[in-house]
Amino acid sequence: MTTTGPAPAVSGPDAPAAAPARRRVAAQAAFETRAILRNGEQLLVTLVLPVLLLVGLAQTSVIELDTAGLARIDFVTPGVLALACVSTSFTSQAIATAFDRRNGVLRLLATTPLGRGGLLAGKTLGVLAVEVVQVVVIGGVALALGWRPDVAGVPAAVGVGLLGTAAFTALALLLAGTLRAEGVLAVANLVLVLLVVGGGLLVPPGQLLGPFAHLATYLPSGALGEAMRGALLGTGVPLVAVVVLAAWTAVLGWAAARFFRWH
Amino acid sequence: MPTSIAPTGVPADAGTSPDHAVVVTGLVKRYGGRAVVAGLDLVARRGAVTAVLGPNGAGKTTTVECCEGLRTPDAGTVRVLGHDPVADARALRPRVGVMLQDGGLPTGARAAEVLHHVAAMYAAPREVSELAERLGVDSFARTTVRRLSGGQRQRLALAAAVVGRPEVVFLDEPSAGMDPQSRLAVWDLVRELRADGVAVVLTTHLMDEAEDLADRVHVVDHGRVIAVGTVPELLTGSLPGAAHGDDAARDQTVRFTATAGLDTTALAGALGGDGGWSVAEPSPGSYTATGPADPRALARLTAWLADRDVLAGSITVGRRTLEDVFLDLTGRDLR
Repeated sequence: MTTTGPAPAVSGPDAPAAAPARRRVAAQAAFETRAILRNGEQLLVTLVLPVLLLVGLAQTSVIELDTAGLARIDFVTPGVLALACVSTSFTSQAIATAFDRRNGVLRLLATTPLGRGGLLAGKTLGVLAVEVVQVVVIGGVALALGWRPDVAGVPAAVGVGLLGTAAFTALALLLAGTLRAEGVLAVANLVLVLLVVGGGLLVPPGQLLGPFAHLATYLPSGALGEAMRGALLGTGVPLVAVVVLAAWTAVLGWAAARFFRWH
Repeated sequence: MPTSIAPTGVPADAGTSPDHAVVVTGLVKRYGGRAVVAGLDLVARRGAVTAVLGPNGAGKTTTVECCEGLRTPDAGTVRVLGHDPVADARALRPRVGVMLQDGGLPTGARAAEVLHHVAAMYAAPREVSELAERLGVDSFARTTVRRLSGGQRQRLALAAAVVGRPEVVFLDEPSAGMDPQSRLAVWDLVRELRADGVAVVLTTHLMDEAEDLADRVHVVDHGRVIAVGTVPELLTGSLPGAAHGDDAARDQTVRFTATAGLDTTALAGALGGDGGWSVAEPSPGSYTATGPADPRALARLTAWLADRDVLAGSITVGRRTLEDVFLDLTGRDLR
């Protein structure tokens, strides 16, 4: 391959410029947030389902829970918040990204000044914004039902939520960037159901049947549930849960960066 | 036949002239070992419309995706405004507008919202309302992308491609699925971009689009440029090394319909005592005769038909179209 010398990088004073990075990412974050909050199915998974579970578990005894003498609402709410985190950062994000990938949205936005990095940053901020809405709604309902969280544990709960969001967003991108959109739709919903039933989100891993008890302890869902309960019940965040979550975040983040395909 | 025209797409000064907005040399891109683009050369100038014309699967989309920085070439070089589209993506993105073949528009958002969103990525975008009106996007501004027709989506995608005032625009099959009014609106805008000094690169398999819009046409097949030139150059075959020879400039195409299965070789012989005529039957009952069409030749044609008691349904005389050139170059096999 021979060329006729280095080409001049032509760039006049009038060359079109990009908007500042902060504004690009903020615009993308707002766009992503609106997309989730406007989509009926996404709302069902991120808001309606958690609120229904919260009210159902707190007000009825359909599911036996050993609350160790605590009020049911106090025991259940941290788990529902953990579930809400998973529904947004994993299920909702995996489905949205998978269809954006199939429809060429990821490629088109990557050619604008937003770029791939800005797109990922915008998506992450969009997830966090939806989570704020979830905390307000779910927290509001829980407080109305008599929830009295350990206020001193709130900063720890926020940290745990961020770590869980990182782990499950990485898993979402891994799925969305490797499977067909229809496959992601099925898998993301199925995994959410499995994690709710046997993943240690709502029901502590220790109260699950036989082998699930051990398994769930080392799943990101079980770790997130336990850490959230530890923080908001005032019993302290178990170190093992934080280590498990951090390890999953590292592995899933590496895999997503390695295997994600834009096309 | 396709190899008989030497690609002359890259001038000796390619890449050194600031006039050359896009310079592709020896581009190779393989998918799973199969070379979709196999040594392609292309130059697109500022203030000009460069068409990449070819059948489906010729490698057009892959070529522009390499120019857009969406795919990394396996061999060869791509320079856009003097930059490498992959390595210098950050510098190029504000200056390059892209319209993808599959649109790439978020399906859940409203049309106007998408356009405002893309505009927000640029420091000094075009005025969104003016652009929306130009392309008729304002008439479906509050409709979600999911509910737009194919032509409406294409117009929105074009608006998104140019809203950042780009210096280079890549349009992949811009008028696919468009109604005639939409196409005219799109072509108007493309001409305006050219007048403003923008380098427009468009892929198409529509002959009339290339013929009406393009300053230069690169005919691509099997991942290579098999002919390049202005539309008149391609039509007259006056390119260096062209297959048609000097006589081709005078040649016209006579099209007629008659009963299927006429002896085309015999007709060619009857038309030109001294040769120079070729007759083909592209579809049953529809014939093209190419050669030095003068009144006597036309009389010989009708006489030949009369001898066989065949009444022609229609006879038209005209110069070769780009479609004729294209079919000559790429062959008539379906693919």
